[in-house]
Amino acid sequence: MRILTLAGRRLAASIPTLLLILVGVFLLLQFAPGDTVDAMMAQMGGGDARTAAELRRFYGLDLSVSAQLGNYLWRLVRFDLGFSAIYGKPVATVIAERLPATILLMTASLSFAFFFGLILGVIAARGVNKWPDTLISTVGLIFYATPSFWFGLMAIVVFSIYLQWLPAGGLTDITSTATGIWAVLDTARHLVLPTLTLGLIFLAIYLRIMRASMLEVLNLDFVRTARSKGLDETRIITRHVLRNALLPMVTLIGLQAGTMLGGSVVVESVFSLPGLGRLAYESVVQRDLNTLLGIVFVSALLVITVNFIVDLIYARLDPRITTGA
Amino acid sequence: MEVVRAYFRSPPAVIGLILLLIVIAMAVSAGWLYPRDPLALAGRPLVWPFANPRFPLGTDNSGRDIAAQIFHGARISLLIGGVATIIAVAIGIVIGAVAGYYGGWVDTVLMRVTEAFQTLPNFLLLLVLVAVFGSTIGTVIVAVGVVSWPAPARLTRAEFLSLRNREFVQAGRTLGLKDLKLIFGEILPNALPPVIVYASVVMALSILLESALAFLRLSDPNVASWGNLIGLGRDVLRVQWYVSAIPGIAILLTVLAVSLVGQGLNDALNPRLKGR
Repeated sequence: MRILTLAGRRLAASIPTLLLILVGVFLLLQFAPGDTVDAMMAQMGGGDARTAAELRRFYGLDLSVSAQLGNYLWRLVRFDLGFSAIYGKPVATVIAERLPATILLMTASLSFAFFFGLILGVIAARGVNKWPDTLISTVGLIFYATPSFWFGLMAIVVFSIYLQWLPAGGLTDITSTATGIWAVLDTARHLVLPTLTLGLIFLAIYLRIMRASMLEVLNLDFVRTARSKGLDETRIITRHVLRNALLPMVTLIGLQAGTMLGGSVVVESVFSLPGLGRLAYESVVQRDLNTLLGIVFVSALLVITVNFIVDLIYARLDPRITTGA
Repeated sequence: MEVVRAYFRSPPAVIGLILLLIVIAMAVSAGWLYPRDPLALAGRPLVWPFANPRFPLGTDNSGRDIAAQIFHGARISLLIGGVATIIAVAIGIVIGAVAGYYGGWVDTVLMRVTEAFQTLPNFLLLLVLVAVFGSTIGTVIVAVGVVSWPAPARLTRAEFLSLRNREFVQAGRTLGLKDLKLIFGEILPNALPPVIVYASVVMALSILLESALAFLRLSDPNVASWGNLIGLGRDVLRVQWYVSAIPGIAILLTVLAVSLVGQGLNDALNPRLKGR
């Protein structure tokens, strides 16, 4: 119960942050050349000034900036993100259609990076300064320096064009009529390359942090006690060291959630996945500012949610957090 | 001097320095080796690397010399990395120093703003900035700097929190030094080393951010940037994959060099933390 109270308090503290982001980006977008009506007129193939003025009145764009901001925030309270003139649908609907692909991609990449970062970090720390450590650390450094979109393109060249093992893009095979388990497998096949591409840099970060935090915990007194008790090394690592060494890793998930979401913009564009990131890119190109603002809101919400979950996990891993201090 | 010796004792740091010097040499010699506009047509399109001695790295989709673009691209990458990092670190230092020094409500407000910047995905904010202010190379550099300051700000603030009540600061206060003089003259020089080391991370990330933006064709199309070239090469990826592959390797090596140098500096300045 205490955990929930604590995490809940953190959640409440993020409301001003969210408000700050929304107001900031809303005001920023006022400087954008051209508004939604301009974009609509361009799509209709032009029109006279009277139509434009009428449309502006209809969308409330003729009001003062502060009145518009007030309106926007008031609509937001009722989960109304406005209307996308480009897609001809409410922004909330457009985003809801694109959100699952992004969440799927992020979850897959995070699991991949976390799992392999953990294993590689442990291996590196156990043989510190020997060849496995050197090899793993070097590979980690190279992964860290690799631009994700470039890795994605090269993966497409090797695995989709030359070897033809994996599809080069999309979320499902459009010619496939599979259902049930086969449809799931089809989607999984499409997600292999995007997951690796997005997860690569995070794998590099996680293995580095895991290695450092393992080395730190291995030097602590309770590990020496466990050794002198006669426990074997595997048991010490799995039962005693790992749990404590995991804490910085979990913190990192929360800190990196935003970066990962940003990275998915690029990865979704490389693999033409119908996700939130690609939508952000499209709305920049098409000047669909309403949708862009909606994406900013949903992304911030997503990052806050991830941090809320991280708080809960953290409290579960480290009981000291809930028992005072 | 001890620091320099410690730096050169680490092989990765030396490799990083050599790589960085090569990139700098490429940037410096670009105007002399390839005096023509790197974005001008040079020959037949899509000549493979090593096929024609005039184009050692081949030509791209529209017949522009890839080697020339790589050399001139080194300038752009270093320019972006350098200037954006200076902007990010400068904003970060001022905000972190003021927040850490004054504490109280000033700290609360500034940290709320920092948090807001960290909650909003970096790249998304970059997209918004480019959508609003356009994508000339100048605006892109400033935008990259503006989205990268929160981490240096937090670092500076942490340093200031631990330093602001030390004896030398109290001594300065007793002497009647002004706040501004205390912050920038007394505390900042002591808080700077970790921030400078972190600047290498900011630089590596700035280069990656700009290249991603250029790949999406949202950066300045009128400069020879490595990211632009990768984006172009995407159209001919199926057969002429080298158009994308070559500039990618250039980015990888540059970012690797910057990271290795940063890591080496860190180890040389804090010998006790080596290997962590």
